[in-house]
Amino acid sequence: MATPSRLQGQQQTIDEIVHQHLPLEGPLLPILHAIQSKFGYVPKESVPQIAEPLKLTRAEVHGVISFYHFFRSSPPGHHTVQVCRAEACQAMGARQLESDIKQRLNIDYHQTSAVGEITLEPVYCLGNCACAPSIRVGEQIYGRVDIHRFDDIVEELTTTAVKIML
Amino acid sequence: MNQTNTTSSSINVYLPRDTSALSLGAESIAKQLLKAAEKRGDNLSLIRTGSRGLFWLEPMIEVESPKGRVAYGPVTCADVDSLLAADFLSAGESHPLYLGLTEQIPYLAKQQRVTFARVGITDPVNLGDYRRHGGLKGLRKALAMSPQDIVTQVKNSGLRGRGGAAFPTGIKWQTVLDAADRGQKYIVCNADEGDSGTFADRMLMEGDPFSLIEGMIIAGLAVGATKGYIYLREEYPNAHTILKQAIARAKAEHVLGSNILQSGKSFDLEVRLGAGAYICGEETSLLESLEGKRGLVRAKPPLPAIVGLFGRPTVVNNVLSLATVPEIFARGAEHYHGYGVGRSRGTLAFQLAGNIRYGGLVELAFGATLDTLLNDFGGGTLTQKPMRSVQVGGPLGAYLPEEQWHTPLDYEAFADAGAVLGHGGVVVFDDSVNMAQQARFSMEFCAIESCGKCTPCRIGSTRGVEVIDKITASADANDQHAHAENMSLLEDLCDTMINGSLCAMGGMTPFPVQSAVKYFAGDFDSAPNKTSPTKGAHHA
Repeated sequence: MATPSRLQGQQQTIDEIVHQHLPLEGPLLPILHAIQSKFGYVPKESVPQIAEPLKLTRAEVHGVISFYHFFRSSPPGHHTVQVCRAEACQAMGARQLESDIKQRLNIDYHQTSAVGEITLEPVYCLGNCACAPSIRVGEQIYGRVDIHRFDDIVEELTTTAVKIML
Repeated sequence: MNQTNTTSSSINVYLPRDTSALSLGAESIAKQLLKAAEKRGDNLSLIRTGSRGLFWLEPMIEVESPKGRVAYGPVTCADVDSLLAADFLSAGESHPLYLGLTEQIPYLAKQQRVTFARVGITDPVNLGDYRRHGGLKGLRKALAMSPQDIVTQVKNSGLRGRGGAAFPTGIKWQTVLDAADRGQKYIVCNADEGDSGTFADRMLMEGDPFSLIEGMIIAGLAVGATKGYIYLREEYPNAHTILKQAIARAKAEHVLGSNILQSGKSFDLEVRLGAGAYICGEETSLLESLEGKRGLVRAKPPLPAIVGLFGRPTVVNNVLSLATVPEIFARGAEHYHGYGVGRSRGTLAFQLAGNIRYGGLVELAFGATLDTLLNDFGGGTLTQKPMRSVQVGGPLGAYLPEEQWHTPLDYEAFADAGAVLGHGGVVVFDDSVNMAQQARFSMEFCAIESCGKCTPCRIGSTRGVEVIDKITASADANDQHAHAENMSLLEDLCDTMINGSLCAMGGMTPFPVQSAVKYFAGDFDSAPNKTSPTKGAHHA
């Protein structure tokens, strides 16, 4: 997928991130966060690059990446939408909402929609439990969401994306 | 963030930057308000605060008046022009969204705000504002005390861990102070607030982060730790931003770092992000995660107080436990101890969530009843249907039927009722809830979030989902023999998980399941969802 020069650039960036975080106590999670926030995921090729300076095995680094739901090893779509599945949202119709959203995007969790390139992920509580049901898009959390509000949010997202592409 | 106009003639207007207020559109309202006011030539200073925790009124705007702050809400962008026209900058009473003096709104007036005294009032990242509202008084007192005196004061206050386990905070601190090890010690704040129905930690960190910082410094002085970490869940991006801003302010003004308030003492603090693992709210798993490992639960003993972060003696406390400490020093241990009942001293920040008309934060002294919370404060369900079931204490807490709602809100009374207060989350369900479906979710959640270290939790949870599916299937097929057999299997499985799991994840997941079986047995006699395709498939 990535061209040799792009791969080189990626390698260099990851090296910089790793070395910048090395002085920290317990630097692995901060490194993984920095890489994911830069690339949208933690590329598989970066595992040995992270493991060596931290004096860890590749298996250990892989183990950490795969343990945490938040870290991903493949690129997400243009937008990631998290739908809260926890009890407070269930009490306000989250089960219906998640099924409506899956139907609307025509995908299941951990998949990316063809239209709008939206990756759908479950989440267990966004701390917005008095304004349920909630979803999260990027850094923004939305409360009292139903399928109509979801449609509005998605429309806004996809329109913005078009503007950026132009 | 250049929203604050500091000219003296301007009127102070307050609007939360709290996640829940933002989730309902507070940011667009801020922009709209500034634009509209400028157009009209109105001179206002917009101050972004935390939330008062009256979430059905969010986004709520407050305006400074000679009598105090006056509130308007819930505000939408469409209301901004009419608010300005109705002279809300002079606390005009004519607008339909006018709520009167904020402090006199009954929901707020009936509370005992101690830990949350400043939340919703101050600018969370303005240290001057914090000082003007009583901040740093506790720290100044603690700086003049010996470590043992600090620990004794916390013991005398009766403060118990607010994360859920309710272990006496002072005793934990004493253990770390007494640790023979003379090397590095740590203060770790558990801000991995993963329980559904809880948001008090988030509100505190977004609304008054300096109180948490101050509490952590005092903890450091008490036990001889010079380094602290706040382990914050990744799901709280707004709290992350605000905490980082607050820590930077505190460092710049020498409240944090070396030579705290010219005392010669030092304490350094860092925020670390989790990565979407519920289990990392368990303290030993949290420590593993901070060390850069998978969040596997450690066997106890040794306690983290003796062998904690990187093997060093470590205090691990919840956000609210630490944020309450400054007040205990500012006003004295006796004052705090004066709130509450029995061995549950002080206040607890209850969180009314789920299907509730007036959802929000209710800080009360221990001892009120659950019914007071649900009806006097909560006003019944939002859907206005009868309330059927209430889950207290997060996903590991029991579901309580109406006959249990008279239970007093204190740790011991809840334990006697086979329930937990936990972190104070209260999730309300109306009569459309199917409790077999809820029980199944408890097991499903445990299967998704189990760290995998011990068998009862890792395997038991998956078997739990299967057994509950068999129960509902056998009920549908009217197979009484299979139904009885699987109900008894579920009981055995719960027993194994409770007695055989390494930590509370597997050990308490059966609580909501058993309570659903005990109080809502009828729901296990029918399929969870009468319209679900799986039921149809089963009949075919």
